Amino acid sequence: METARSKWLWALASLLILVWTVFPILWIVMLSFKQPGEIGNQKGFLPHHWTWDNYRTVFKTDLFTAALVNSIGISLIATVIGVVFATLVAYAIARLEFPGKKAILSFALAIAMFPVVSLVGPLFDLWRDVGLYDTWPGLIIPYISFALPLAIWTLSAFFREIPWEMEQAAQVDGATTWQAFRKVIVPLAAPGVFTAAILTFFFCWNDFVFGISLTSSDRARVVPAALAFFTGASEFQQPTTAICAAAVVVTVPIVVIVLAFQRRIVAGLTSGAVKG
Amino acid sequence: MTAVHTAPAAGTPAAPAAEISDRGRAERRLGLLLSAPAVIVMLVVTAYPLVNALYLSLFSYRITAPDDRRFVGLANYGTALSDPLFWQDVLTTFVITFVTVAVELVIGFALAMVMHRAVFARRTVRTAILLPYGIVTVISAFAWKYAFDLQSGFVNSWFGLGDYAWFSGRWSSMTVIVLSEIWKTTPFVSLLLLAGLAQVPGDLGEAATVDGATAWQRLRRVTIPNMKAAILVAVLFRTLDAWRIFDNVFVMTSGQQKTETLSFLTYRQTITRTAIGLGDAVGVLLFLSVVLIAVVFIKGFRVDLAQARGERGGGEK
Repeated sequence: METARSKWLWALASLLILVWTVFPILWIVMLSFKQPGEIGNQKGFLPHHWTWDNYRTVFKTDLFTAALVNSIGISLIATVIGVVFATLVAYAIARLEFPGKKAILSFALAIAMFPVVSLVGPLFDLWRDVGLYDTWPGLIIPYISFALPLAIWTLSAFFREIPWEMEQAAQVDGATTWQAFRKVIVPLAAPGVFTAAILTFFFCWNDFVFGISLTSSDRARVVPAALAFFTGASEFQQPTTAICAAAVVVTVPIVVIVLAFQRRIVAGLTSGAVKG
Repeated sequence: MTAVHTAPAAGTPAAPAAEISDRGRAERRLGLLLSAPAVIVMLVVTAYPLVNALYLSLFSYRITAPDDRRFVGLANYGTALSDPLFWQDVLTTFVITFVTVAVELVIGFALAMVMHRAVFARRTVRTAILLPYGIVTVISAFAWKYAFDLQSGFVNSWFGLGDYAWFSGRWSSMTVIVLSEIWKTTPFVSLLLLAGLAQVPGDLGEAATVDGATAWQRLRRVTIPNMKAAILVAVLFRTLDAWRIFDNVFVMTSGQQKTETLSFLTYRQTITRTAIGLGDAVGVLLFLSVVLIAVVFIKGFRVDLAQARGERGGGEK
């Protein structure tokens, strides 16, 4: 039984959460609208003079625009390939009887726990030997393999819930195998696959260790790595505000995805981990 | 569900065994075939480099002087383990991990309770919680760094701290690092706990209330024991994650002020100093520490990983 008072308390708690989660993002946005000269002189939360200059600077900096293209391209390609691979495995685990099912799931779990940095040294060597250092595939391959565990669990938890017998039912009703698959199974599986894609994309978009270790130039450097090495438009300018403008640019797609697909992300994150 | 369980096991001793095992064999082949691409990619990126790291950790080897490479046995491990810097980094990593996980568990639980109970703006709260989860860690690190920074920050003037230099002391730097880490990863914890809360049978809590239990007693005796599995899974994942902390340290302090973590030490040795042999030895030690933590959790606390994989059936309760 909820009394009016406890209702207000929960509402207050909700409000506190909102402030806590949004505040740092708002701070970055505020910084991105400050003039570079304000840093070190005017210390406050809000900009004294609002300006779009930082965004102009950022989009005129080749380092950033190249990194943005790299990030988008590499993350999208890794997401597509990763999700296709994960879907195949998850389908096999959910529907087929074969030895090594448990082993595959445990192996994926082990990969998820792996300290990435331990591998970076040897990968650095290997990639230089085979010519993958500082290339798109050089990042796409590690992204796929480290995003796969989450995608595999999410999808196999999801596929387990699909009433596969509906496929046979459709065939009995006269549908061909392909029709039954396309009209019955695909619509049921699509939300899960889509959720896995979002989580995989977040993972790739977030990467930093591979980004700074396996790249050395504009050719493949991704945004988080570029941000960490960004020193400003000129030697005499604080890079702070420009970094924040760049940060806002790469945060916008994340915010849009979260706003649009909140429910699916929550379902994906929890279904693989603890079954509700 | 049914498709999985009615599929014939290999070698069923029934009469139509031949026919079934034929089908079974085709199914096995298909299963392995479908799993192959993912398993191969995961192996390429982890197994070979790990073996390579193990091998090279036995050599004195720098990229800058490849001809001087020579076998030194376990000497690199001796060097690492007898270096006070290594143990200082272990301590830093441990403190960051311990504080982060402890605080996240408490805040995460509070967040989960609010999401579970709130009637008002439930959707908004869930959406807001997902924002930090989606934000790039490096960006979170910049946000917190700049908030506390002497040049750009507002924290000191808001709280009347004057010119307190957060990044010139070990523990104050670590405080900011931990804050960023907590902000970024608590959502993950809270979502796992929220799923756990949903599993707690509601009538148990009501029965306890009727019996006169206080809210605190209900929490301790009913809610928490019933979601133990979810809590353990969250703690295991977050512990291993925090133990590998790298991005926040890199952006905020670059390991200055004794804030270097084990991941950062490995990175600095292999990539920055190109002392491959020694760096790989540290990397292998980091790997072993992760394995140790995982084993302690899984064996010691009996974390049910079947649950982590969503394998537990619905009808067990």
